[in-house]
Amino acid sequence: MKVGSVYTEGQAVPKEERQKAPDRKADVDFVRVAESSRFRTLLEKKKKFVLPLTIFFMVFYFALPILTSYTNVLERPAIGDISWAWIYAVAQFIMTWVLCTVYVRKFHKFDKDADEIIETEIKGG
Amino acid sequence: MSTTVIVLFLSIVLLTLFITWWAAKRTTTAGEFYTAGGGLTGWQNGLAIAGDYLSAASFLGIAGMIALFGFDGFFYSIGFLIAYLVVMFLVAEPLRNLGKYTLADMINSRFDAKKVRAAAAFSTITIVIFYMIAQLVGAGALIQLLFGIPYWIAVLIVGVMMTIYVLFGGMTATSWVQIVKAVLLMLGTVVIAVLVFARFDFSIMTMFSEVKTATAHGEAFLQPGLKYTVPLDTISLMLALVLGTAGLPHILMRFFTVKDAKTARSSVVTATWIVGIFYILTIFLGFGAAAFVGHEAIVAANSAGNMAAPLLAEALGGDLLMSFVSAVAFATILAVVAGLVLTGASAFAHDIYGQIIKKGQATQQQEMKAARQASLWVSVFSILLALGAQSLNVAFLVSLAFCVAASANLPVILYTIYWKRFNTTGALTAMLFGLVSALVLVAVSPNVLSPEAGAAMFVGEPLFPLTNPAIVSVPLGFLGGWLGTVLSKEADARRFAEVSVRANTGYRE
Repeated sequence: MKVGSVYTEGQAVPKEERQKAPDRKADVDFVRVAESSRFRTLLEKKKKFVLPLTIFFMVFYFALPILTSYTNVLERPAIGDISWAWIYAVAQFIMTWVLCTVYVRKFHKFDKDADEIIETEIKGG
Repeated sequence: MSTTVIVLFLSIVLLTLFITWWAAKRTTTAGEFYTAGGGLTGWQNGLAIAGDYLSAASFLGIAGMIALFGFDGFFYSIGFLIAYLVVMFLVAEPLRNLGKYTLADMINSRFDAKKVRAAAAFSTITIVIFYMIAQLVGAGALIQLLFGIPYWIAVLIVGVMMTIYVLFGGMTATSWVQIVKAVLLMLGTVVIAVLVFARFDFSIMTMFSEVKTATAHGEAFLQPGLKYTVPLDTISLMLALVLGTAGLPHILMRFFTVKDAKTARSSVVTATWIVGIFYILTIFLGFGAAAFVGHEAIVAANSAGNMAAPLLAEALGGDLLMSFVSAVAFATILAVVAGLVLTGASAFAHDIYGQIIKKGQATQQQEMKAARQASLWVSVFSILLALGAQSLNVAFLVSLAFCVAASANLPVILYTIYWKRFNTTGALTAMLFGLVSALVLVAVSPNVLSPEAGAAMFVGEPLFPLTNPAIVSVPLGFLGGWLGTVLSKEADARRFAEVSVRANTGYRE
């Protein structure tokens, strides 16, 4: 899944066919917007944030069933009668809340970039 | 059956009918019918998402699973919650920015082909029907147990109620019924959890050490491995749970009821907190039921453990609390099935009738009329199926819906948003591969075929070893989309530029 590459390559649909599409105004040149440095920077920033964290939470998530299915390490007691499996499970809950909050904060900043793109690249251009 | 139960049930019914009457006055356009006019606030929509999610399977099912199988029951809670990270990080915002009323709208923001819209509508309807049968079967069992009325009458009562909400109140009624129910459900759960906690002297340590000796399983109850003994099956189930939510049409539809991506985001945060706290409390419910109701009593009421929560309420707070919890469970089912009917009806009325048959030229009145008719048909069809499905396991049907959602919908959603080369053929093959492989593998799985008479629908040797096929069908969905794309020549990089700009900036004319 590549993002932010050149859009004009490949077999583009002929112009007249493109403009037949309903609900689409021909006056916004989306290819130009998509290729603008502002937009590409935004995509790059989003990718840098979303991709590593997505990989992290998926790995963290699947480690639990993998560890409980193939090993006994999580069956050892952690605190009293509570085993590490429970601690790990609750840690997943905390991870979810933390990552959601972090995401909202981060994307709140991206909103400004997006508004800027709409103002300068789409409406202004 | 006591008067308290009847009074509480009737109050819930009257309250929801009042909401429907109020909402009906505000539902005149197709947009209001499908998405409440996009006017819900972040926390309202968050509560409604939580409401949609905390179905009978969550409330009755997970509490029962933990009560019977300890840690392994909690696997469901974990998977259902982490799924929200997938929704938030990968799907919610682009979906909000690209779509209008339905999932097919979003996919069609990139592909104009009618085939693609038809395929998306078809997979939406398939998932909705599976999910709905599960809810209706659960509802029938609950009402049958509480009131002692026959199963078919119970299913009919729920069916008629859900049809009324959707038919007259559309998404506004459905959302508010959902919000009210989410609040009631949380209230009931917190009360039971606190009562359970009090019995353990408000100490987590005491709770664990007492539960350790409370069940016949002894120490094993607190460890993984009581229910899920086949490693690949466990992982496959976890895969379906975590990826399924991001493909469930009735959850995705909730993102069209808010005005922009920012509100979509804040509604996911609200939902994550509510759902997360609820699932943490399922530990207390499950442990409480295991300790104070006991394995035998739970299984005697319902072999799958679905009655654990109401029975626990009775053990802790007597008739009053049990009636309240049962009434809340009833409201839960009503609200969830209403949301499902609406989602199925949108796929029929908006996608198939409005966009494919009428080519987007239908008037507001025509589309509204079609939506109401479709609601009626979806209701009747699923009631008929539910009447014949009494013996099916509720949790199995729900996990199947998750598996189909993860296999048929998620690959096409992700490719549409993120893969530049993706094309019409790929969209079709992604949905087709995912849907067909999930359905076929389930049909030959141990859920359907078992050598032991009575253990599954048919007697026979299962051809596929896993009860949940996600680990095979999800990759097949992705593979199908990739193959369809690279094997066909068509590519429209310009259209992807538009989708990418719109998805990432929220730009609309």
